Amino acid sequence: MTEIPVPGSLSPGLSRTPLTITADRSWARLDLRELWEYRELLFFLAMRDIKVRYKQTVFGVAWAIIQPFFTMLVFSLFFGRLAKIPSDGVPYPLFSYAALVPWSFFANAVSQSADSLVGSANLISKVYFPRIIVPLAVMISCAVDFAVAFSLMVGMMVYFQVLPTLHIIWLPGLLLLALITALGAGLWLSALNVQFRDVRYVLPFLMQFWLFVTPVVYPSSLLPEPWRTLYGINPMAGVVEGFRWALLGTATAPGLIIAFSAFFALFFLAGGIWYFHRMERVFADII
Amino acid sequence: MSSLAISVENLGKQYRLGGNAGYSTIRETLRDALLTPAYRLQALLRGQGAIERSDTIWALKNVSFTVQHGEVVGIIGRNGAGKSTLLKILSRVTHPTEGRARLFGRVGSLLEVGVGFHPELTGRENVFLSGAIMGMKKQEIDRKFDQIVAFAGVEEFIDTPVKRFSSGMYARLAFSVAAHMEPEILVVDEVLAIGDLAFQEKCLGKMSDVAQEGRTVLFVSHNMSAISMLCPTAILLEEGRINFHGPSADTIARYVNLMRSGVDSQFDRRADRTGNGLLRITRLYLEDSEGRVIDTVPCGSGVRFVLEYAAADSAASLGDVGIQLMVASGATRLFSLVNEISGDLFQNVPARGRFVCAVDRLPLMPGNYDLHFVCLVGRQLADKLRFAWPLLVADGDFFGHGRLSNNREKHGSLLVSHSWSLDTDRKI
Repeated sequence: MTEIPVPGSLSPGLSRTPLTITADRSWARLDLRELWEYRELLFFLAMRDIKVRYKQTVFGVAWAIIQPFFTMLVFSLFFGRLAKIPSDGVPYPLFSYAALVPWSFFANAVSQSADSLVGSANLISKVYFPRIIVPLAVMISCAVDFAVAFSLMVGMMVYFQVLPTLHIIWLPGLLLLALITALGAGLWLSALNVQFRDVRYVLPFLMQFWLFVTPVVYPSSLLPEPWRTLYGINPMAGVVEGFRWALLGTATAPGLIIAFSAFFALFFLAGGIWYFHRMERVFADII
Repeated sequence: MSSLAISVENLGKQYRLGGNAGYSTIRETLRDALLTPAYRLQALLRGQGAIERSDTIWALKNVSFTVQHGEVVGIIGRNGAGKSTLLKILSRVTHPTEGRARLFGRVGSLLEVGVGFHPELTGRENVFLSGAIMGMKKQEIDRKFDQIVAFAGVEEFIDTPVKRFSSGMYARLAFSVAAHMEPEILVVDEVLAIGDLAFQEKCLGKMSDVAQEGRTVLFVSHNMSAISMLCPTAILLEEGRINFHGPSADTIARYVNLMRSGVDSQFDRRADRTGNGLLRITRLYLEDSEGRVIDTVPCGSGVRFVLEYAAADSAASLGDVGIQLMVASGATRLFSLVNEISGDLFQNVPARGRFVCAVDRLPLMPGNYDLHFVCLVGRQLADKLRFAWPLLVADGDFFGHGRLSNNREKHGSLLVSHSWSLDTDRKI
């Protein structure tokens, strides 16, 4: 097996496997090695998103905190104070913010990645690179916002004098689960959006609906078993309950629900990759 | 020793045309508007392309050719002949419908200059971003960074957001990044048509450096003099097929023939045309002094440039019309034929007609040249097209002494009527 010619590696000699372009459909599969070769592009695109996102704003990156923070205030007032929704024994602001941090990451990542391919139409119709890098870069730049928003979570825990539990070691895993879910949805939506701009109009409804079927403003303990576990079909339910459990020590260990969520998140992701690659070949023609 | 760099076998690309071409009645249109979502949903569920009831067109069909390492090949053809589609397939931007292409070596493609540039980012950030998009490694960009910036001549502004750049600076930096890729096979679309003339000259210079370094280059252009200067051989595409593949001079001659036969729609399809359209040049061709249409002009003979035009509003008559025809060689302007300079003013011009510019003795050395035209109506730009027409000058006897004037490389492109004498009377 000789080396595949790769951009950037100018190697002498011409005795390499040629780059073959055919009409063969099976060519479109997830080529992890090629993706690895393009890792620097992934980095530069993510950096671009991060740098550009808060350019010419007054509050800059603070927006990553301001948005979930004010949402938390509104939720605490209406759902916590007025509607008296139970919050599994922790102060309602903490209860909702612990859910809003991963939820904001998810919601931003999904809506931005859904638009990402169409927004990069110029790139896609002029240069070759693995297209999956575009929505992947969105995931990374949104993860940076997540880190900023999470810093306020730490501040709030100090303020409410809540100690994190040992389960906190699961947090990176839970974030990964949120990322897999967002990438799965992002791949589906971005590829669909290339062909059907309807996605743009569906997206706000979809995200609103998804927010309500995710236990952000209410605890999933409101649901009786086995519905509570089946709730994990929505992977974000597992993520949100997992965050509360790991950070605030809410009583019910969400092991089963998370297992369910992880399974479905991977299922969505596999489907997303399949559909994305199926459509990737025609992106440049129809975008 | 030569070896294969590009091998293209029976390459074909089919495009679907939009579905709503040719509706005849309102009822049909309405019915379709209602049914289309259902069709599309069905197509979506089947996982196929959505555009239903569509006609298809082969943008490229049965295209086969090979290019050896170190060859520089021009690709010419009318608009819509499939040049860009071919380059897009070879750049892997789009996929062929049939056939196969093999590329032996690292491929760099330049379909547009400044791809991936973001106006909010600084020059420095854009160099890295754009370089990475074109497939360069960070390490490689680091190494060439100073060269890239120096070639573009934007050293002082490199940490300024490029949205504050002048359009010339922007184009220079963008081209400079692209020019510093070092691919073994370079695929270039019409990129030299940007920026100012000085910059274009620089681009052409860089292109000929690349060509002389022994790289393999595929070069699409409307700039016939650049094609004939840079490319020993050229491919003529016509309606998606290869019409001719041979020495550039022969390919260009065929292209000119083709342009003459199917003229009318030619200019209309050019995307790089500018102006308000009050008046449009619909045809451009050459006649000899007896009024016969010709492809090539012998050096030093009489020629008439004919520009047929039509006004947007066919009932109106136009006010003052200014017309300029420029003869260029690559990025270099040689001379202009301007009615305001010659003193032939056109006032109250009818909606249709032809402007004829007669030149008694064409002062051009044999070779390929290009014609740009500009039309003004009431001092407003009405129509402008660069590289509108290839001008072929054949061997000819400019001085009328029976010897041909044909050493353009040595003596330059222009011929001026003159005489020499030897004066021995005066003491020095």
